[in-house]
Amino acid sequence: MTLAYYPGCSMHGTSREYDESLRAVAATLEIELREIDDWSCCGASSAHIADHLLAVALPARNLALAEAQGASEVLAPCAACYNRLSGAAHAVADEPGLATKVPEVLGRPFTNSVQVTSIVELLQGLAPAIEERIGRLDRRRWRGNPLEQLNIAAYWGCLLVRPAATTGFDDAEQPTGMDDVIRACGANPVKWNMAVECCGGAFSVSRTSSVLRLSRAIIDDARASGADAILAACPMCHGNLDFRQSAMNLDPPMPVLYITQLVGLALGLPPERLGFARHFVDTQPLFTQLAQKADTAAAEAAEAAAAKAAKAAAKTAAKAGVS
Amino acid sequence: MGGEMTLPPHDLMRYAIAGDRERLFNDDSLWLCLTCETCSARCPNDVDPARVIDALRELAALEGAGHGPRNVAAFHKSFLEQIRMTGRLSEVGLIMQYKMRSGALFQDVAVVPAMLERGKLPLVPSRIRGHAEIKSIMAACAREQALAAEALAATADAPTAGPAPDADSEVAP
Repeated sequence: MTLAYYPGCSMHGTSREYDESLRAVAATLEIELREIDDWSCCGASSAHIADHLLAVALPARNLALAEAQGASEVLAPCAACYNRLSGAAHAVADEPGLATKVPEVLGRPFTNSVQVTSIVELLQGLAPAIEERIGRLDRRRWRGNPLEQLNIAAYWGCLLVRPAATTGFDDAEQPTGMDDVIRACGANPVKWNMAVECCGGAFSVSRTSSVLRLSRAIIDDARASGADAILAACPMCHGNLDFRQSAMNLDPPMPVLYITQLVGLALGLPPERLGFARHFVDTQPLFTQLAQKADTAAAEAAEAAAAKAAKAAAKTAAKAGVS
Repeated sequence: MGGEMTLPPHDLMRYAIAGDRERLFNDDSLWLCLTCETCSARCPNDVDPARVIDALRELAALEGAGHGPRNVAAFHKSFLEQIRMTGRLSEVGLIMQYKMRSGALFQDVAVVPAMLERGKLPLVPSRIRGHAEIKSIMAACAREQALAAEALAATADAPTAGPAPDADSEVAP
């Protein structure tokens, strides 16, 4: 499978581990990502506040470039970029006048023919391939998949599910696609209340106190629901939940994983390739805990199997004694 | 963010319907909306408050009513300026500009070494080849917005103009 790839600005900066883990996962699952040549910023959280046309034109330039480069589908893993790109495609299709106005403003042809795909949709579609690979790994390892010990809260935030008219690949209030990916990895999605609440988004710098309040509530609810970690698919959400967590003085801290990092672990890729060292909340204690639990589970299973075998042997011996 | 707004989204919608610019523009509430879209997703009457709030912010700027509280305005202005200069957002550039505009010079200074250590702050911004194209896109959009503002002013001057202009349809190109 070949996809045009729109990384967006954060993937080259504060969320490099998202880009790294995505590339590692894509290579393992034989997906070719073709980065859109000379892509530009989608306008993210600022353009739409100042000028609606600009908020459509900035992402549309990238769709136009993808078109010119022969793509029919663009992967935008950053939730904010996905939202702006998909929103622009819908605006051009639906709002009167934009189909002619936007190419004019861009100064390049644009027929709005490219489909914008989110990371959740892509990974959901790849669930069978992920499961198949886990099956092969399971035959080689003496203990089970350590991710079977992981309880994780799928955090969607705003931009992957709203507005429903422009995202719409999952339910806006009770989305389940990330849970499907978690299950494909062998882990357990927890039921919780804050999956589609806002983390404070773009106020990370300009109104940090609001971000701390909103993100703290999300982490607290995940913990109360039995989660060992939170799963994110957005650089802004990850920054607010991971980087800003140090100001919340949580004990123990709550690890926050990118969805591609979880899939990478499930595929057996080494954590070093998945960029965990770039996190502010140390993920090592979580991995150690999962390995220990997997060891215990494997030992218990071996013990149960041995007991069963001994019982069967005793039964056979007794039978032999009788005859 | 509704909890931090003096005027929560439903109040903003009511004042918009009433055309009460004074209440809308002399309050920070409009600028505290993060466009999480929850109100739009849950509105039982299919109003799209998130989109109306964006249009009201655009209108406020066009009518000279400002760009919101200093920190929030500084952030968005710096963000767009980064795009204009390089075509992409350099997070380092954004923070530097934001500090100059907001006056929050020492905010988050302590975390810079940790960010650098994690390779999260590339110091050299990547300027795209098409940066001139981005400048011209932004200029074209600004011209369109100026035309819309003129049209809006003409409607407001006309004696037949109602007291509650529909911000959404008038500002949206």
